[in-house]
Parts: sequence; C-alpha cells; structure tokens
Amino acid sequence: MYKIVKKEKLVEGIDSFYIKAPFIAEKAKAGQFVILRANESGERIPLTIADYDRNTGIILLFSVRIGKTTSLLSMLKQGDSIMDVVGPLGNPSEIDKFGNVILVSGGVGAASVLPIAREMKKAGNYVISIVGARCKDFIILEKEMAETSDEIHLCTDDGSVGYHGFVSGFLEEYLEKRMGSSDKKDTGIARVIAIGPTLMMNAVSEVTRPFRIKTIVSLNSIMVDGTGMCGSCRVEVSGKTRFACIHGPEFDAHEVNFKLLLERQKVYIEHEKQSMDIYERKCRSEK
Amino acid sequence: MSEEVKRDRPRKVRPDRVDMPEQDPLKRIKNFDEVTLGYSEEEALIEASRCVRCRNAPCIKGCPVGIDIKSFIELIQQKKFDEALDKIREKNGLPAICGRVCPQEDQCEKNCILGIKGKPVAIGRLERFVADREMRLVDEGAKECDWAKTTKECTKEKVAIVGSGPAGLTCATELAKLGYQVTLFEALHEPGGVLVYGIPEFRLPKEIVKREIDYVKSLGVKIELNMVIGRVLTIDDLFSRGFKAVFISTGAGLPYFMGIPGENLNGVYSANEYLTRSNLMKAYKFPEYDTPIIRGSRVAVIGGGNVGLDSARTAKRLGAEHVYLIYRRSEKEMPARKEEIEHAESENIEFKFLANPVEILGKEGRVNKIRCIRMELGEPDESGRRRPIPIEGSEFEIDVDVVIVAIGQGPSPILISMIPGLELTRRGNIKADPATGKTNIKGVFAGGDIVTGAATVILAMGAGKKTAVAIDEYIRTGKW
Repeated sequence: MYKIVKKEKLVEGIDSFYIKAPFIAEKAKAGQFVILRANESGERIPLTIADYDRNTGIILLFSVRIGKTTSLLSMLKQGDSIMDVVGPLGNPSEIDKFGNVILVSGGVGAASVLPIAREMKKAGNYVISIVGARCKDFIILEKEMAETSDEIHLCTDDGSVGYHGFVSGFLEEYLEKRMGSSDKKDTGIARVIAIGPTLMMNAVSEVTRPFRIKTIVSLNSIMVDGTGMCGSCRVEVSGKTRFACIHGPEFDAHEVNFKLLLERQKVYIEHEKQSMDIYERKCRSEK
Repeated sequence: MSEEVKRDRPRKVRPDRVDMPEQDPLKRIKNFDEVTLGYSEEEALIEASRCVRCRNAPCIKGCPVGIDIKSFIELIQQKKFDEALDKIREKNGLPAICGRVCPQEDQCEKNCILGIKGKPVAIGRLERFVADREMRLVDEGAKECDWAKTTKECTKEKVAIVGSGPAGLTCATELAKLGYQVTLFEALHEPGGVLVYGIPEFRLPKEIVKREIDYVKSLGVKIELNMVIGRVLTIDDLFSRGFKAVFISTGAGLPYFMGIPGENLNGVYSANEYLTRSNLMKAYKFPEYDTPIIRGSRVAVIGGGNVGLDSARTAKRLGAEHVYLIYRRSEKEMPARKEEIEHAESENIEFKFLANPVEILGKEGRVNKIRCIRMELGEPDESGRRRPIPIEGSEFEIDVDVVIVAIGQGPSPILISMIPGLELTRRGNIKADPATGKTNIKGVFAGGDIVTGAATVILAMGAGKKTAVAIDEYIRTGKW
C-alpha cells in the first residue's frame, strides 16, 4: 500500500497526489512514469511522475478525472492509500545543453513538462515554455513553470488569458516571428518537447516539421504491465513497432504514426463508458 | 515345483490407468473453473496400486527436480498421505502446481516401465492428489497446517532473487531451507510470474498458486512486490544493500509479433497481453473488475504451443462462437501438451493446420479478417521438425474480430539491458552455466526462461534448484 500524504484539487477534475514511495522517489528522473492500481479490482494505469523528493521519499502525480479509475482516485483523501504503485518506468528524458528549448504543454501535460523544464534549465538551456489549457482556470502549475522558464507564454482555447487559440497556433506564429525575414528557416530553436493530448502533440509535430526542429513527444498509449511484457502500448515509429513503456515513452514526433496511436487509444471506449455508467449509478444510489 | 508355486498364487490383475474426472466440455466452456477435477482418495489408491516399485525407479531420473517418486507413491499405497506430501516437498515446494502443469508424459511418466507395454502410472495426478488433499483438509478444519503457523527464521547471508516465477520460487525455497535470508523481487503486483499472468484459471486456479506461495513464505522467504529491478534498484544497488548473490529469473516475458501488415490494428493481441488481462487482471470478470478485454465472436490464435492453446480456450470461455487455432505445421509437430490439445479439441477449438498468416486486414482501425497461406512440410530443419514451406497462390481469408499472436516470447527486456557487461546469447538470453547458473559476472546467477528461452515450469524449477546449490557453495567458499 502506498500512502497519500497530501492531496490537492487544482481545478475541477484535476487532482494532485503526494505519495509515499521512497524506492521510486530515490530513482525517478524527469520523463519517467509509474503504473498504479487503485484497489483490488482496479486496472493498471500509467501516470507521469511530476516531481519527486529523494529526502522525504515522496512522489507527485497528477490525475485528470476522465473514467472510472481516475474517478476512484479523485475520491481518495489524504491519509488513504493506493494499492499498488510501481516505477519508475520508461526511459528518462534526454537532458543536455541544447541551447534554446521550447517546452509545450497542454492541460495536465504541464505536470509532465515541469520536471523536464527544471532539468533543461539546470543543464544550461534557455527554456521557453508554452502552456495551454481550455481556459484561465485550467492552467496548472503556472507559478512553478514561470520560475523555471526564461520565457513563459500562456494560451487558452477561449482566450481568457494569453494567446487566444491552441498552443500549436501560438508556436507556429512564434517560430515564424523568430525566423524573421531569413529564408533559411532558422529559428535558433534546438529542440521542442511537447506533452499533452495526442491531437495537440500531433499538431505541434506538424508545426515544427517544416522548420526541421527536433521535436520530442511523450506518448500516452494504453498499458498493462509497463515492463515490455504485453505490447498493449505498441506504437509505430519510423515504420517500426515500438513499445511505449520500454522504448519510450518519448519519441521523435516527426517519426510517430499519430493516426494509429489515436485509433489504438480508442480501443476500449465502449468498455470505459460501460464501467463509468455502472460506477456513476452506484455513486448515485449510495447518495 | 516352481511352476506349481506360481500357479498357486493368483495372477495379480493390474487395473487400468485411472482416468481423471473432468468438467463436461459443454459446461466448462461457459466458466473459468478448473477443467480437471482431481482424483478421489479411492481413485488415487487404485492408481498408486499400479506402481510396481521397480528397483531402478527410472521415473526419478525423468524428474527435473528429482522427486523421490517411488517412495511417495509407496506412501500413498500405505495411505500415508501426509508423509507422501512431505516426501515430495523434500524436493519440490510447489506440488499442487507441478501436478497440474508439468508435462509428465515427457518426463517421469515417459520413463515408467509400465509405459513399455501399457500406460504409465499417473504420477502427476498422484502428486496433485496429495497436495490438494492437504488443502482440502485444512479448509475443512480437519487438519492443522503446521507450516502455516510459523514463519521460519533465516539467519544466513542475504540473497536476492529477481522474478517470482517457477525458477525464482524454487531457488528461494531451496535457499531458505538452507537458512539463507531470501528476498524475492517481483515487478507485478502479485507473485508467481507466469503462474499468475500466463496460465489460465481453468488450468491452474490462482488460489492454488497463492497457497503454494504461502508455503514458500512460511520458509522465511520475503517477497517484495512492484519492484522492477533494473529501474528501481540496479544489481549493484542490491550488492551494496548487502545481498551476497543475485539470481535473475525474470522469464521470457517479451512477446514476439509476426511482423506482418495489420498487426497493430485494434483487436490484435499478443498472447501475453490477452492472458495477462484475463488472468492477472481478471478481465474475464469485467465489469466487476475494471480491466477490459475484447470478447470476440470469431477469434484466430496464431501458434501451436501451450500458450496458443491457453489463449484459444480463454477466448472460447469469453464467449467466442468460433476459435481458430492457426499453426503452420501439422498436428504431429505441435509443441503443446497432448492432454491440452485433447481438451481443446473437445472444447470445439477449430484447428487450421499447415497455414500461416500473411496479413491482418481491418476496417476503421479494427481487425475484420486474417489472410493466410497454406503450407506444406519439407525437409527437417535444425529443430528436427519438418520445415513448413508456403504453397504459392494458396491464400485464403477468415473473418475474425480478434487475433491473438502466440508465436513465442523473448527474454524479458528491462533488467538484462541494465546490467553492463552481462554476456548474452545470440537470441538475447543470458549466458549461464547450465550446471550452476553462473553468469560472467561474479555473484550474479541466472536460470529459467531468461536463460533457456520459453520452456516449461518444471525446467525452470530445475534450474532454480541447481542454482540454489551453486549459490550456497559460492557464498560458503567465495569461489567463482
């Protein structure tokens, strides 16, 4: 059992969990994830490690309430426990001194980007953060992102703060501005890292492709064990089948078959709906 | 004179091998309960009486862990069932499991002299009988389970075992018996490895696995779950935490795919995923359990091994109307156990021999057909089996909504890629001395499927056992 030492509701539907998991905290690196199982009958779901404290042995996870498992998680309180948490899994982000690095996040993706931003800053990069969300209230970790970035740009779908539109739209304009009048497509950006909903990562990838900027995305495919044993998370990169859990989760965006990823993410959509319906009915009757 | 003596004694008529009672095929394909039901005491006594206690007991030589088969059967004949179980446990800590899933027909029973003219003694079924009997008596309150009351104290050096499947559990059992402090590290949330994620409930009930693992724990073995060694702790970390030796028994967990078009369509599973969802995650109880699985109505399983059969029979129980088992050779070459092939046949699994998939077709991202080509058998290949050769122009299609790929597994990838300098074979398995399990790194041993490639439960147990002896010697002498 893994104890929740602190839980916060950031906005409606997004929770953060500080979990006592000393072994994981000891080894975790930016870009890695855990797999958790809330209870005995629960499924195993992957969540990115948003932060870790090697001294206290605590890791930080963010969960967006979208289905039954995440609804169960959101019902848990400080002092409750999660049955199983295993990690750190996946390969850490590649951290180096690249130069100018843009970190793009959408929604709760900010939680995954934050530890990478910190490491990139530490490695001596000029960190430009582009943080997007539905509206102003759904921008999470703004303060932390601002502290660790040299530039921060907010984007909202409804324009309630910052750029009015998607992060990909902002990024395109930003890159074009940086390019100025030069024909060489040289933006001076060494690398873009984008983490968020699959459609957003796909859009960012298409924006950076003509600029030939190396772009990294963290793929959130469906997993079971997370150790390379089942192949549920397989994705196609450079025409080859790869397992997101052991070969990723980060891949070169320009080589990812996003269409396949989007399809595979939908495979259990009916099951998920059925699970959620039963769960909601049960919640209502208990009330 | 001597002839008269013989005539005076009535010739003993040896009974036929006692059949194992099983659930009716039509009933059992609607549930996940165990197929075979086990012997009654009466049946066990009849079967045990068939053993002639021959002097050489060649059966024992056929057992990878060297169970004293002759003695335990003799104890059954004398109705000393507890003693019979103790006798087995001297060599094997997992009798209820082995009695069920060992390929006895290729091991102990293959050597039985009764097999020369008739059918061998059903050694596996007798082993299962004594193990099940103890569990039943304990459940009924008729027997106290002595071992369950205490956990043994182990005081010798610390040994780490990575992977709690058959090899790891056996190595742990043997080392704990010698007094070593053993910690078993398991990546999943339940111990047992392939016994819990791979082999289905209807062939090996998980309650049985749990109880046999309880026995291992009672010997003083500690089990740490959710520990992916290689990520959360390295081998060096284990040594610096005071472990004197490490045994790697992480198994053959990496699923192979065929590399044909359409393999990433929704509805295409590796057998590992399909079985893990159903067995470990209990997807067959969805929505009571949260893990989903696609319940196909027309399912194709690729591969003729035990894993393929387990997948096919699981699909049937999940409600499939047609389950096709596609195998590129003929029935004779199937690597699966004969008993399991017969079970599958009586459950109406439809075998498509001498066929090989060339493409999986789909619509809107979901599989709807599989295209195969017919094969014929040519000259024997390096495995000694006749090589299948495609017959040009013989392609045909089958309508399916689920495809399960069960063509084999490679070495579990995480740990071995994280040990710098560890010597591997061409196929990516760990190179280890078959007699001792020693790798090229001092203090690091390996055994089971991670060394041999996918094999059987009992062979992995045999490796665990041999390695335990070598680990003991290494710790005592320091010699590598």
